[in-house]
Amino acid sequence: MPEIDNEILLRTYPMNYIHPKAKGKKTPVLSILKAVAEKSAVMLLILSAWEALPRLGLVDPFLLPPFSDAVGSLVRLFQSGEMFRHIAKSLERSGLGFLAAVAFSIPVGTFMGWNKRIERIADPLLQVCRNTSTLALYPVFILFFGLGETSKIAIILWGTVWPILLNTISGVKEADPLLIKSARSMGISRIGLFTKVVWPMATPSILTGLRLSAATAILMLVAAEMLGADRGLGFMIFYYQERYAIPEMFGGIIFIAVLGVLINFLLVRLESRMTRWKERIVKG
Amino acid sequence: MSATEAKIKISGVTRKYSIRRNTEEEKKEFTALQDVELNVKPGEFLTIVGPSGCGKSTLLDLMAGLAVPTEGELFIDGKKITGPALDRGIVMQGYALFPWRTVRRNVEFGLEIKKVPKKDRKAISDRYLELVGLSGYGDRYPYELSGGMKQRVAIARALAYDPEVLLMDEPFAAVDAQTRETLQDELLQIWERTGKTIVFVTHSIDEAVALADRVVVMSPNPGRVREIVPVSLPRPRRVGDVQSTADFSWIRHRVWELLQGETAAVKPAPQQAPVQAPLELAEQLSSSAAL
Ligand SMILES: Nc1ncnc2c1ncn2[C@@H]1O[C@H](COP(=O)(O)OP(=O)(O)OP(=O)(O)O)[C@@H](O)[C@H]1O
Ligand SMILES: [Mg+2]
Repeated sequence: MPEIDNEILLRTYPMNYIHPKAKGKKTPVLSILKAVAEKSAVMLLILSAWEALPRLGLVDPFLLPPFSDAVGSLVRLFQSGEMFRHIAKSLERSGLGFLAAVAFSIPVGTFMGWNKRIERIADPLLQVCRNTSTLALYPVFILFFGLGETSKIAIILWGTVWPILLNTISGVKEADPLLIKSARSMGISRIGLFTKVVWPMATPSILTGLRLSAATAILMLVAAEMLGADRGLGFMIFYYQERYAIPEMFGGIIFIAVLGVLINFLLVRLESRMTRWKERIVKG
Repeated sequence: MSATEAKIKISGVTRKYSIRRNTEEEKKEFTALQDVELNVKPGEFLTIVGPSGCGKSTLLDLMAGLAVPTEGELFIDGKKITGPALDRGIVMQGYALFPWRTVRRNVEFGLEIKKVPKKDRKAISDRYLELVGLSGYGDRYPYELSGGMKQRVAIARALAYDPEVLLMDEPFAAVDAQTRETLQDELLQIWERTGKTIVFVTHSIDEAVALADRVVVMSPNPGRVREIVPVSLPRPRRVGDVQSTADFSWIRHRVWELLQGETAAVKPAPQQAPVQAPLELAEQLSSSAAL
């Protein structure tokens, strides 16, 4: 192109524009440290209180052993190898329930988001289901599926299916009609319309649903493994609680909490990586 | 059949929208287009002007096959238009770029649908990005572009899959005056080189006249073709040059009159219009017409 065009490019493109990638590098070390300190302050405070209160005798150390004791028991459980059996079994259950939820929710959510009429009809039902406590349904699941694996996976499925379903529906429903029209004008096939336009557009919303569900899949373990299990993180917590091995019980709780935070963190990273185009639009 | 003489033949087209009021019972009909007859000739540059809401975008949608007429029929090369296809490319009002795709992958979208192999896609998108002056911008995302650049990506995307007919809905509305003129000249060059048929909607009378072989003037409520003004300015044109000619001023004034709803009889403008900046001229013309 002739020179004149470059001139226009420069003019239409602000000179003081900073490329987004450059921004991160400019953050001073000091402000990162400050951010870390701010974020961990409350955590540290609570953990110190947890450590101090039993040690000072302000709380019965039998019911609430100091934080360090709980961590110590957790380390011992890892050393004996017992912990790995629980983790493997729990991840298997959470994973199966979660995958089943994904396999169900994304196609069904897409269908419902696309057909506004069906969505309108089904919405009240969805709201009722979503707000029905999983624990309240546990007896029903046991009645139907017995105490075996099926009811455990079913309860995780129930807890994880709604966030993905609702987020898929809203993502597909809010897909920009102009972009759909634009793709249609190029004679796109029906399948292409979903794979190339509707799903990419709904991805941020769907990923949020996946993240919420993944966190729920871990949270549900305690409930799912409450009855009729002989392995698993949830089982472990109840097992030690029944035997008044309180530090081990807390160790298990700490581990589930950390696992939940970790999974959430990883999915947030994935989410922001996959939806970079969107975040920048919103945040500017 | 005269349909074969026209690239696109619009025959007796009426388009109604049903607008839902609060209650489902009370369905109202709104006529966006009424009895539109229009032939777009092969290789023609046709522009459409008309007040907001007179059905310009609706008409383009119908030609693109994105909407169906309530009455009447549309033909392309004598065949009835039943839906969208790659023989017609549309640049829509608003850029309609895919925000999750880079500039290059936006331009390649139509080629993917056409199942063009990957390495050919790259070559084609390179070529069209260069054409619209965005060579170094292939890896950017739309949010990293200015409005005028987005506009050019949208144009490159429509050109890339090489449609015979290009339907453009106010494609230069969001760019500054200089960029606009560059884009107009580029478009004229592309059109002269490729012999595509172009239907171009705009709100700017200057733009409509400077680009067109014929200007379609539409009137609202309901949307109709009011008149078609032929533009017999010489080709090839440069928009900047053509706008300073007396012929241009006359045609421009004629279109302006039609848009004002005035009768064709009123022609009070001075015979020897001195060469002036378009804006001054426009002011002069409008004040004289108001008398
Ligand atoms: N989907 C729709 N449902 C109901 N009415 C519609 C719809 N689309 C357009 N209309 C109406 O049809 C008329 C023509 O709309 P259209 O978008 O074609 O106008 P336009 O000439 O392109 O206007 P502008 O210059 O503002 O873009 C308008 O009055 C609009 O309100
Ligand atoms: Mg319009």
